[in-house]
Amino acid sequence: MARLRMNQAIGAALADAMAEDPTVVVFGEDVAAAGGVFKTSVGLLERFGPERVRDTPISEMAIVGTAVGAAMGGLRPVAEIMFADFFGVALDQVVTQGALVHYLTRGAVTVPMVIRSSVGAGRGFAATHSRTVEEWFLSAPGLKLVEVSGARTAYGLLRAAVREEGPVVVLEPRALYGTREEFEPGDDAVIPLGVAEVRREGADATVVAVGQTVGIASEAIERLDASIELIDLLTLRPWDVETVLASVARTGRLALVEEHPFTGGWGPEVASRVGQELFGELTSPILRITAPDVPVPFTRDLEFRYLPTAEYVAAQLGRWLETDTLPSPWWERIGEEV
Amino acid sequence: MAIGKGPEVVTTYDAKTPLMRREEVIADPLARLERMMEIRHAEQKIRELHEEGLAWGSTHSCDGQEAVAVGIAAAVAPTDHVVGAHRGHGLGLALGLTPEQLLGETLGRSVGAVEGLGGSPHLVETSVGLVFTVTLMGAGIPIAAGLALAAEVQGSGRVAVAVFGDGSVNIGAFHEGLNLASLWKLPAVFVIENNHYGEFSRYDRTTAVEPLARRAEAYDLPWELVDGQDVDAVIAAVGAAVERARVGEGPTLLELRTYRYFGHSRSDRAPYRPEGELEAWRARDPIRILGERLEAVGMVDADALAEIDERCRERIEAAAAHALASPVADPGAMFRHVYPEPNR
Ligand SMILES: Cc1ncc(C[n+]2csc(CCOP(=O)(O)OP(=O)(O)O)c2C)c(N)n1
Ligand SMILES: [Mg+2]
Repeated sequence: MARLRMNQAIGAALADAMAEDPTVVVFGEDVAAAGGVFKTSVGLLERFGPERVRDTPISEMAIVGTAVGAAMGGLRPVAEIMFADFFGVALDQVVTQGALVHYLTRGAVTVPMVIRSSVGAGRGFAATHSRTVEEWFLSAPGLKLVEVSGARTAYGLLRAAVREEGPVVVLEPRALYGTREEFEPGDDAVIPLGVAEVRREGADATVVAVGQTVGIASEAIERLDASIELIDLLTLRPWDVETVLASVARTGRLALVEEHPFTGGWGPEVASRVGQELFGELTSPILRITAPDVPVPFTRDLEFRYLPTAEYVAAQLGRWLETDTLPSPWWERIGEEV
Repeated sequence: MAIGKGPEVVTTYDAKTPLMRREEVIADPLARLERMMEIRHAEQKIRELHEEGLAWGSTHSCDGQEAVAVGIAAAVAPTDHVVGAHRGHGLGLALGLTPEQLLGETLGRSVGAVEGLGGSPHLVETSVGLVFTVTLMGAGIPIAAGLALAAEVQGSGRVAVAVFGDGSVNIGAFHEGLNLASLWKLPAVFVIENNHYGEFSRYDRTTAVEPLARRAEAYDLPWELVDGQDVDAVIAAVGAAVERARVGEGPTLLELRTYRYFGHSRSDRAPYRPEGELEAWRARDPIRILGERLEAVGMVDADALAEIDERCRERIEAAAAHALASPVADPGAMFRHVYPEPNR
């Protein structure tokens, strides 16, 4: 058993993937000599050499585009975009090029690339370096999208992503890089894409969470005196409809804990699907606990007001379970006594 | 929704307005020296606030680069438009932003330049032309081209200036922005602040061209490599480029060579520097260079220098104390200004 921080687990997954397959190459800004700004690729340059582990200029479009081309040419690149917000200057290469090559060559050419990136608020990086931007990828046919929730899932999903034949974007909540988890790295730890994990079982309600909200939701559930099932979605495209529907069909209630703003993101996708499929079987309205529809504020008090905290999630879940009606979000109650 | 427009935030400035501060820097070499010292003290104080756990979040210090900031501020008119980048404490103070606005933003207080909602990489003070600060590399370059387009269409005589780092010349925005600005002969000045590093990578390890400003030739632009430790050299080069832009001769690309004394951000101890590099640059400290020059012509002596330095230290201490005693914005603040009010 190893007790690894999430950034170490990612480094271990990269090393194991490179050892397993000589076509795996790693590149990005300051990933080689410095081992990554979040220390996710420490030691790879020393172990695998400068041919396979490279620092790039600050050129996100070239990073992703080069990954697309290298993958088309027969390598398995794992490229890093330091903050997912930077995908904005490289999105063409992800969703309009990389994701479509296989389709537009009618299967003649494949793009087995992985683009890893850090996401999320809670570290004082403010409006331009804190978003989760899942919505940028959710509507991209040809692309798979994964979001890890800790060291074990980061290792397992990254290993699986590298083995995929098509392009995968792997999002890593940066607030979790320093958190530790015990698990045994290796082939048995590989987590297949498209399969959600039930983190705890329960009978009264199903809570679905992603990324750093998995831990937040788990903490919130522990504060409540109720039997709640918690599902970590892990893969957002294609997501595990079956596991979620089966759970909600049993519990009759669905709540989603989403880090992204109310509008857009994976939450509305899951909510609408469950609403469509299980209409009439639900005993309460579907509850979405999200951030408000605003940019991520810098100042600490407001950043942790913006993010759904365990305390807030517990309060919302508690009210919802008690009344079977939707509690209003905090931002509709500003100025009122809570 | 229960959220209205809310009260406008009242900002308590230093006794001097940003515009007064800016005019001093334009007019007076001693004020330039003092501003450089003020910047140095501000960076020192910001580090202390982080070490004491009073400040949080990302912050980027510019110790060693003060002559770039103050030289640009002195050569550009307060009515011109400037787009800065993340390492902007010095540029902000030089352009006129008050220490309260900087320290307030660093500490996330409503007295900050943008109410504590942006953090210290997002300084803005429109009264002196600092219209935006970008934190995605190179993003300010086409924005400055657009500001210059507006100036040209309006015939305002205004010039737009983008200031960005050596690490920001390898991104599409740089190339696309420069080409467009050149093609349309826009009244813009593009300033590469080459402090030798983009995060942990020395500029010559990430860029195929030396010097960086030679890139200008690809877009048929004039360029110049400038000593960024000498505030007077910066003023001369930026001043000439501003003048060219103002009289309709189009944009210029400048590379100001300088050096970052500390790491990229708080956690970076800069282990990647070659031995002796920091010491060599510290020997060409921009504050010392200007101080000695002014001493040589009898404008200051050692006592006066010490006095100015102490005054800057006190001003920064007072600004920090004021910011610390100020409130954090209310939660309603994050909902204000997401959209502008309709104006018709
Ligand atoms: C498009 C983009 N890519 C990467 C980053 C991450 N990043 C922030 S600062 C920085 C280094 C910038 O170097 P330089 O332009 O030389 O400015 P300096 O920090 O030296 O002032 C990087 C890579 C970013 N903010 N934006
Ligand atoms: Mg630099």
